[in-house]
Amino acid sequence: MQVTRFVKALGAGMTLVLAGQAGFGAEITGAGATFPYPIYAKWAEAYKAKTGNSLNYQSIGSGGGIRQIQNKTVDFGASDMPLKPEELDKGGLLQFPTVIGGDVPVVNLPGVKPGDLKLTGPVLADIYLGKIRKWSDPVLTNLNPGLKLPDQEVTVVHRSDGSGTTFIWVNYLSKVSPEWKEKVGEGTSVNWPAGVGGKGNEGVASYVQRIGGAIGYVEYAYALQNKLVYALLRNRDGNFVAPNIDSFKAAAAGAQWSKAPGMYLILTDQPGRNSWPISGATFILVYKSQEKPDRAKEVLKFFDWAYADGDKLAMDLDYVPLPDAVVRLIQMSWKSQIKDASGKPVW
Amino acid sequence: MSKTIADASLRKHRRLDQLFRHATRLFAFLVLALLAGILLSLLAGSLPSIRAFGFGFFASAEWNPVTEQFGALVPIVGTLATSAIALLIGIPVSFGIALFLTELSPIWLRRPLGTAIELLAAIPSIIYGMWGLFVFAPVFSTYIQPALKSTLGSVPLLGILFQGPPLGIGMLTAGIILSIMVIPFIASVMRDVFEVVPAVLKESAYALGSTTWEVVWNVVLPYTKIGVVGGVMLGLGRALGETMAVTFVIGNAHRLSASLMEPGNSIASALANEFTEAVGDLYLSALIELGLILFLITFVVLALSKLLLMRLARGEGQKT
Repeated sequence: MQVTRFVKALGAGMTLVLAGQAGFGAEITGAGATFPYPIYAKWAEAYKAKTGNSLNYQSIGSGGGIRQIQNKTVDFGASDMPLKPEELDKGGLLQFPTVIGGDVPVVNLPGVKPGDLKLTGPVLADIYLGKIRKWSDPVLTNLNPGLKLPDQEVTVVHRSDGSGTTFIWVNYLSKVSPEWKEKVGEGTSVNWPAGVGGKGNEGVASYVQRIGGAIGYVEYAYALQNKLVYALLRNRDGNFVAPNIDSFKAAAAGAQWSKAPGMYLILTDQPGRNSWPISGATFILVYKSQEKPDRAKEVLKFFDWAYADGDKLAMDLDYVPLPDAVVRLIQMSWKSQIKDASGKPVW
Repeated sequence: MSKTIADASLRKHRRLDQLFRHATRLFAFLVLALLAGILLSLLAGSLPSIRAFGFGFFASAEWNPVTEQFGALVPIVGTLATSAIALLIGIPVSFGIALFLTELSPIWLRRPLGTAIELLAAIPSIIYGMWGLFVFAPVFSTYIQPALKSTLGSVPLLGILFQGPPLGIGMLTAGIILSIMVIPFIASVMRDVFEVVPAVLKESAYALGSTTWEVVWNVVLPYTKIGVVGGVMLGLGRALGETMAVTFVIGNAHRLSASLMEPGNSIASALANEFTEAVGDLYLSALIELGLILFLITFVVLALSKLLLMRLARGEGQKT
């Protein structure tokens, strides 16, 4: 008798739980990159308040996001590193960018304040290759005639975990330094020739702040919110620019998205008088051929809302929203590329 | 009538006993099955990497995710080096703590001190990592590392271990933090086994005129050697697998260097850092193979400790 009462209670409990799940608006699932997690979470909250549909995003890393969308366990994957057109075709995926961010070099030198130090891409590559070992090196003092640089050893700080932040950084170094491209190459994780590795932006920032003479790279939003000592970089056009919303927007504006197959475009070293040289977008991956067109439509409705109404939220969190022309391009690609099983477009 | 009631209750008791026996046997075999399952899944996951690199994986110091060339030498050396430093510092200190608590300290001090040591074990490892990075590393780099460099750094052979800029982080720092983490484990086990030494043995030794040191070294330690080795293995197990505390302070550089003050890497730290973002099957497989290697290292260490105990047991009862 006790056993039957227990079973009845268990059954009642389970039906209550299952009933609670159903009928509270659609839920779409996504997983992947950690860089855009704050803004995706903010957008999800605002979207749910407006429409009642929720987004469940797990920031497990770009690699995880790519794996999960390949296994079809989520509705969309998110990656800081874009997939190449061949990989997209092989997987039958469509990719499009959502927001733009970038990397900022940060230093720890006595008496040097944010925006004092001037660096160039090739010099950064040489520092990270371990070729420039002291801050008093003539290459650095020639770039910074008015600044007193100490005779201190340069300690390079990089990321110990794989990340889109690293990818954008080494992509830029590969573009400006043939030696870097040959010796190290690019990826979310590389074989660093020198330096120590910190875990996450927090790890890099804490190592830079603790080790005198250290130089590292962090995400723009992170550098801004933690008031780190950033350096100016010389961009492709020859101007020394500071990292801010305008220089990121300038980098995005100059980019030729329409000419990039599969939207595989990395915004490093973009032309433009005011462009910040180390910018990059973060991407979403969805299947071109949808087995569940209703869920696909919900995903696209979410991002459509984000592009239209989410710009202010993004800028509040120090992300740079995409230019309108790019958004229109993305929506056209939705219309033409995402189809259901019978060939009818989903959007 | 009483006969039938006795029969029924007897049968019930026998059935309960059988149920109890089967259930406990099931739990024991479940643990074995779990162990076998973990080993099999590690093997299955590392198969692509084993096929690609073979035994060269153990000897190669290269870790290049771009060209997909991986070698486990740096993490293995880092794991063994940091654990060795942890034990080198931890065992004498724990021995001293256990000795003090059982033989030398006043009675009123024993319980509070013992509790304090055990509290050290309860601190989460990430707190140790943060403390190591924010409090210990700056002090280490400002005062202790320059002192070590100028004194031990100039000793002919030993000096190679103490070269390099005083960053505050590195293998030595990781080893020291690990030693603080393993001391409570080793000390509590040592103290527990020291306490159960029969007073008869110790008092007989004292009566024959032995000093406290002679009693501890010649009577207490040999009697408790199984427990002591067990405690050390417990500490070593924690040191080998410790992830968060090590990853904060070891510097995460996939480079082999002779100096302890340089950054390095450990298996657990490499796995924690790189597993989620590993893009590509060979990268993932190489990481899983690292996990398999750690599993095997722990296994080997356990086997060696059993061998050590057997050899010590053989020497028992002999004339010296």
